[in-house]
Amino acid sequence: MNRRRFIKTSALASSYLLLPEFLKPLEKLNLSDTGEKNLVIVQLSGGNDWLNTIVPFNNDVYFQKRSKLALRNDKIITLNNELALNSGLSALKEFYDDGNLCIVNNVGYPNPDRSHFRSMDIWQSASSSIEYWNTGWIGRYLDSNCQNAYQAIEVDSALSLALKGERLKGIAVKDVKKLFDQTKLPYFKDIVDIEKKETLNEDNQGYLYKTLIETYSSAGYIYETTKTTTNDFEYPNTNFAKQLKNVATFIESGLNTRVYYVSLTGFDTHVAQLNQHEKLLQTYAEGISAFIKNLRSKNKWDNTLLFTFSEFGRRVEENASAGTDHGTAGNVLLFGGNLKKKGIVNDGPDLKYLDDGDLKFKVDFRSIYSNILSNWLNTDAAKILKSNIVPFELI
Amino acid sequence: MVTPLEHIFHLYNRAGFGISYKEAKSLSNKSIKEIVDGLFNNIADGNYLRVIGKEDITKPKEMLQSGMSKKEIRQLIIDKGIDLNLKWVEQLLNTTNVLIEKQTLFWHNHFACRVQNPYLIQELNNIHRKFAFSSFRTLLVEVSKSPAMLEFLNNQQNRKEHPNENFARELMELFTLGRGNYTENDIKQSARAFTGWSFSRNSYEFEFREKQHDYDEKEFLNRKGNFGGEDIINIILDDKQTALFLCKKIYKYYVNEIIDETRVKALAEYYYLNQYNTESLLKKIFLSDWFYNDINMGCNIKSPIEYVIGLSRQFKIKYANEKVLLGFQRQLGQVLFFPPNVAGWPGGKNWIDSSTLMLRMRLPSLILNNGDIENDGRIDDPDDMMGISAEQINKKLNTSVNWAEILNTHEGLTLENLSKILLAKQPNSKVINVISTNAANDLKEQIVKLISLPEYNLC
Repeated sequence: MNRRRFIKTSALASSYLLLPEFLKPLEKLNLSDTGEKNLVIVQLSGGNDWLNTIVPFNNDVYFQKRSKLALRNDKIITLNNELALNSGLSALKEFYDDGNLCIVNNVGYPNPDRSHFRSMDIWQSASSSIEYWNTGWIGRYLDSNCQNAYQAIEVDSALSLALKGERLKGIAVKDVKKLFDQTKLPYFKDIVDIEKKETLNEDNQGYLYKTLIETYSSAGYIYETTKTTTNDFEYPNTNFAKQLKNVATFIESGLNTRVYYVSLTGFDTHVAQLNQHEKLLQTYAEGISAFIKNLRSKNKWDNTLLFTFSEFGRRVEENASAGTDHGTAGNVLLFGGNLKKKGIVNDGPDLKYLDDGDLKFKVDFRSIYSNILSNWLNTDAAKILKSNIVPFELI
Repeated sequence: MVTPLEHIFHLYNRAGFGISYKEAKSLSNKSIKEIVDGLFNNIADGNYLRVIGKEDITKPKEMLQSGMSKKEIRQLIIDKGIDLNLKWVEQLLNTTNVLIEKQTLFWHNHFACRVQNPYLIQELNNIHRKFAFSSFRTLLVEVSKSPAMLEFLNNQQNRKEHPNENFARELMELFTLGRGNYTENDIKQSARAFTGWSFSRNSYEFEFREKQHDYDEKEFLNRKGNFGGEDIINIILDDKQTALFLCKKIYKYYVNEIIDETRVKALAEYYYLNQYNTESLLKKIFLSDWFYNDINMGCNIKSPIEYVIGLSRQFKIKYANEKVLLGFQRQLGQVLFFPPNVAGWPGGKNWIDSSTLMLRMRLPSLILNNGDIENDGRIDDPDDMMGISAEQINKKLNTSVNWAEILNTHEGLTLENLSKILLAKQPNSKVINVISTNAANDLKEQIVKLISLPEYNLC
């Protein structure tokens, strides 16, 4: 243990003595255990136009179907002789070059649903399109592998389905200090101190108190663990970058959290898409770039895997308002220092053989989850996905 | 004949949105039969929602031709959707006809539906109201023929040459039989029977398109015939499994999230024999002794709507800015007319996570007491909830409450009695001790503290 780490853990240890009863279960934590892997999930909400993100710039059909929206040479950064990045993503080119980015094409699922809500549910719960599940894939990971809510954190004010398990739900935190302050209200503190997790009933009353105790213990733990970490690394001035900076700070502080969840919204580009979309991608890329560099500077990048998805791609053909409508398959991006597959891992989109104007999926997103669950989170993917899905090997 | 107060509280928690102490007392000299009958008195009124006219939202093409931009059209749709939502909320807050709202909420969740045009959604809701208590068969046929459901479940695309199975699948899985009681072939065959079920984009009326209908023989649930859509519905309702599936859901909603198999079976038998008459089923439930058993009291978790509407009605909260009520729905995870998917809101424990529980526990003090949960100045940092100070909260929420009346009604009650009036499930006695130590002589603080407890989320 290095000196800095020692000071930090001992400062932490001493502050634990001051903590009230409800934080006691945390004492079982192994504080030196910082070698664990992190998964950071970035959700692009609204349905990203992947065709203008990872651009098939050598494909005639692309230009035929998108007379207004097709990106010309000055708006792309070529990756190979087939695909290019939208110039909004220029900050990501270096990660492609140094093997820290992998791009999966044609990711989707059978019988795709074009409703934002439904398709987002499908991605978050990992159900098929004819099933309705009330738990998320990360939530079920919490159920099977974790003891505490804070082991999956969403940097937001509301918790997504993805992080909801049957037994355990992740925690949504936008501002740690604020959440912690809420838990300091003396009246609630008095009440939390009365009930013990172990003696509560299995009924709904018990469940409410369990959730309350869990919230207190998580808020206290996250606050106490992270408050000594200051993060001076410079990030772009966007909300998205701020969320990622929070995540980087959490990771650096040694928080015993396995999964972080962040989202960027605004991708539902039905009208006048070009500039708007490029800007969104720039926000995304510059945030991600700062995040990766930040973690590299703290030697935490090798333990981190960053996964990006959107609920669907958009239709191949542009609409009459210089925008695009809801489509089906798209890309998944994976960033990491230890990728097994690097760069572009499969063929680009086939624009000739469409399904009613939409791309046909080739890779089921659940096969990527399967790979992440078993090879990164070291858990039983079949149990969490409720079926044996052959992993699409990326890490 | 006297009815115990706790029975009245329980009945109104389930058949309505709670009841104030004052109103409960005024009912207590009636028999339970009289009180239950009272709940059903005006159910035929329907409390219909009529905020959006058919002509308000026309075909996109027509709106564009009339000079509206796409952006304006989108905004119009959003605005009308908000009007509709707030109209329902207003009705929930003020109606005396609570049972119709409660049962409409049940069907709203059972026949969960989301389409763009809020007029269609409004009309679907009015179908739920009109047939809320009649035969489930009538309700099901009307829902199946509603433009909202036909559009949502893609039956517009269900044609003889290319059957679309979406409606047929949900009809059996979510509306009637439940999973495991039909085969994939039953779905295929019944989808054929619903081919041609469509609606007119001009009149928003149901249309049967003969040319798109498949008149050939189908084999469905072991029967053979040239079935049409209503035949399929009849066959499904002939199966007792449908009564059982529905009674399970109704039991969970009105009685207990944990099912008592024997009772539900008996209810299903009754529902089936009464041709799926929902009114008599509900009466039977509310008049059963077991409905008032301890085990069925305070056992369920209030939905966000039950929570917010209950709190507001109980304390007669006035909202100067009604959009606050939209904010609550969003933050607590249940926006009316926006179910997450066709399966509806999963409910129960799913309502509760760290964020929603903290908000539920903070709302009573935010709404009723300017953000203060206690009057003794023990607050470490008033700048807590939602990142705004208590003053701002009050300004933003813009609510008003007549505390003088509330205090007057609850005057002289012991803390234990107060707790029994306000909470459906009693907290640990140590919790009561905490309140009595810190707020011994402050009735207002006692009330705020009690309804800030986790137990206030149970009904």
